[in-house]
Amino acid sequence: MIEFFVAPLEYGFMVRALIGSVLVGVMCPLVGAYVVTRNLAFMGDALAHAVLPGMVLGFIAGINPAIAAVPTGVAVAVLVRIVSRRAGLSTDTSIGILFAAMFALGLAMLSTSTTIRVDMEDLLLGQLLGISPTSIYVSLGITVTVILGLFALHHWLLFASFDPVGAQVLGRRTNIVDYVFLVMLALVIVIGIQAAGVILVMAMLVTPAATAYLLVRRFVSMMIAAALIGTAAAVTGLYISYHFNLPAGPAMTLVASAIFALAVAFRRRAPV
Amino acid sequence: MNTTPYPHAARMSLQDVTVEFDGHKALSDVSFDVGAGTLMGVVGPNGAGKSTLFNAIAGLLPVRRGKVTLHRVDKGSGALAYVPQRESVNWRFPVTAMDVVMMGRCCRLGWCRRPGKRDRELVDDCLCRVGLSDHRSALMTELSGGQRQRVFVARALTQEASVLLLDEAFSGVDAGAQEGLVEVLQTVRNEGRIVLLATHDLTNLAGRFDQVLCLNRRVCACGPPDEVFTSEVMEQLYGAHGVRLTNDGER
Repeated sequence: MIEFFVAPLEYGFMVRALIGSVLVGVMCPLVGAYVVTRNLAFMGDALAHAVLPGMVLGFIAGINPAIAAVPTGVAVAVLVRIVSRRAGLSTDTSIGILFAAMFALGLAMLSTSTTIRVDMEDLLLGQLLGISPTSIYVSLGITVTVILGLFALHHWLLFASFDPVGAQVLGRRTNIVDYVFLVMLALVIVIGIQAAGVILVMAMLVTPAATAYLLVRRFVSMMIAAALIGTAAAVTGLYISYHFNLPAGPAMTLVASAIFALAVAFRRRAPV
Repeated sequence: MNTTPYPHAARMSLQDVTVEFDGHKALSDVSFDVGAGTLMGVVGPNGAGKSTLFNAIAGLLPVRRGKVTLHRVDKGSGALAYVPQRESVNWRFPVTAMDVVMMGRCCRLGWCRRPGKRDRELVDDCLCRVGLSDHRSALMTELSGGQRQRVFVARALTQEASVLLLDEAFSGVDAGAQEGLVEVLQTVRNEGRIVLLATHDLTNLAGRFDQVLCLNRRVCACGPPDEVFTSEVMEQLYGAHGVRLTNDGER
């Protein structure tokens, strides 16, 4: 039994993958708690696709794609807010427009470049097993930053999430809080892409938080439960991927989905 | 009406306030004054501009012409508390009554400071004042419509607001709970605060409010309830149906 857990850690890449999966399992669900309760799942999906041009730019410039993807995600998150306000369109519509445009831009950049070779499967399924030490440091830095940000803005985020109009009356601070949250969401998605890939990043962002929503009462408990569930799903998924020779992203997602299915069966919260 | 000086006392005046949406006037030349310690009902049919008026006062909507002036309060420091319509609140968000009342401390806490002992005591005190001490750990979704409104009033108290705007506060609240809410608002008014409550529910308005503003895109009447509910004003508000309501009331 001990062999089951220890054997994979004899490989350096597996230790790095384990650290990466814990970071993803904590960070995505913490922000995901807001994503689920503020109905921002589509925004998360859009950001996961919209960072593609940034990643391609990273390849072209020869720097870590994660570092290049962060400003792109931040720019898209801010653009969504600006477009929906300026054009008077719903947030969903603005997200739909920017999401498609940015992903198309990324694909166009890829197709015109003769020097870059990006494996689309890596992008979709993630490359946690090949995560570099640099990516680990970047992820750790972003994780710490986001935890500090969530801690500092906790009461403002609660207010703006529960009663956006009432919070708006308090002035510009509410707008700043909303923008900062979108920036944090973009940062976390970049981490998630490395672990679970563009398509599956949504699972780590939404599923653990949705599971926690069904099991606990208060929002703070929900964040903590979501982080625990996310970590358990990510680590378990990683071991399953090693022992059963499965890609890490789908394995993590399937474990998270199984925990969610159990929570639906034994839910505590009545539907709102 | 209580006009005793109080830290939260405020005076508010609107002068020729006009709000437009796509060239159409939602509010036209609205002018009125509210003194410290006034509980004012804002009545009018659906689409009369009650929410627009509140949004303009709260700075959520640009005022095309005219101005809103709050005297003796600093608008940027949470002096104005807004309780929106039920539909605007994200009820899916799992917060307790205590969490919501603590939100009122946001402005005082600033960015990074955590609530201290004084903040928690104030939250408990405000929940006690609105009669919800026993419900501090209840989720908002577990409370009745009237209790939810009282939590929002407690939040305005912890915010140390001078002006409270309650949009359709009686919506989804039964008659008994409406009475309870008005009693709470009357104690808040007695501390020198201004309370504006928008409603389209005209039953038993007289006696509940110190002043009533009758609004139908413009001010039809403003004054004590027994003076403003005349046949002419009711006709301006609700057409022929309004005149019938007045006559029934007189009988």
